[in-house]
Amino acid sequence: MALRLRNIPLPLLASGAVALVAAALALIFFYAPLDADQGLSQKIFYLHVPIALTAYACFGWGAAKAFLHLWKRSPGADLESYAAIHQGVIFGALTLITGSIWAKISWGHWWLWGERQLVLFLVLFLFYSAYFMLRYSVEPGPARANMCAVYALFGVVLIPVSWLAIRLANDFIHPVVFTRHGPQMSASMFLAFCVSWASLLALAGTMYRVELAGKRLDAHLRELRELLAA
Amino acid sequence: MSASEKYVAAAYLVVFVAVLAWVAIIAAKLARLERDVEELAELARRRAEREAEREEVSV
Repeated sequence: MALRLRNIPLPLLASGAVALVAAALALIFFYAPLDADQGLSQKIFYLHVPIALTAYACFGWGAAKAFLHLWKRSPGADLESYAAIHQGVIFGALTLITGSIWAKISWGHWWLWGERQLVLFLVLFLFYSAYFMLRYSVEPGPARANMCAVYALFGVVLIPVSWLAIRLANDFIHPVVFTRHGPQMSASMFLAFCVSWASLLALAGTMYRVELAGKRLDAHLRELRELLAA
Repeated sequence: MSASEKYVAAAYLVVFVAVLAWVAIIAAKLARLERDVEELAELARRRAEREAEREEVSV
């Protein structure tokens, strides 16, 4: 039986997220060694990169749900796509903030416009931020759901472009950790990174499920109010 | 506290505050939904009473 996010009970998912976050923090600060080059500031890597990957995962999930809406007309897929993109934007904002803090300590600048990876991630973030402007400027209904689904699918193209930008650029200063030869770090650092990413995925999954439950409850209450008023 | 320590603390603090803000927003939303449910329950109660009165009159 395939493991589906919606089949995992929400309290279990939330407890798992809390346990994983605690494990990740313990591994980052007490197990993973200090980086020989960057020292303590490299600890931001365990937060910044998993947050960015989680943002990509949320945008990808939102696009997959949008595709399901357009292809199979799956009930609720539009709402699920919206909730996933909302989480993606939250994690995207955190990627930009934590990245800026890391850039300041490592490069001496909060932001570098010459860095393709940074600018492309900003474009991706702004593109998905504009999704909400589109969604709330159109009356709710099938037309809005279709427009939002098409928009979400267009945005997903930017994910591989953003991911590959750093590999295509020759004049980068943004570090490349994952190459064709695997992760360029020790096993203990890689373990801390993996647990950190798992914890953030679990956290994003929990936030997505809570937001979705709230939106569905809101819709049911609106329906109930209309029925009682009739 | 060294500069590195300050920046690392700031990065982790930002994420912690963001999660806290999200929890606060969800708590506010939950409170609103609770008020909505109470209002609807009251509406349903009044409607049930009206129907009961109507049945008594018709009997």
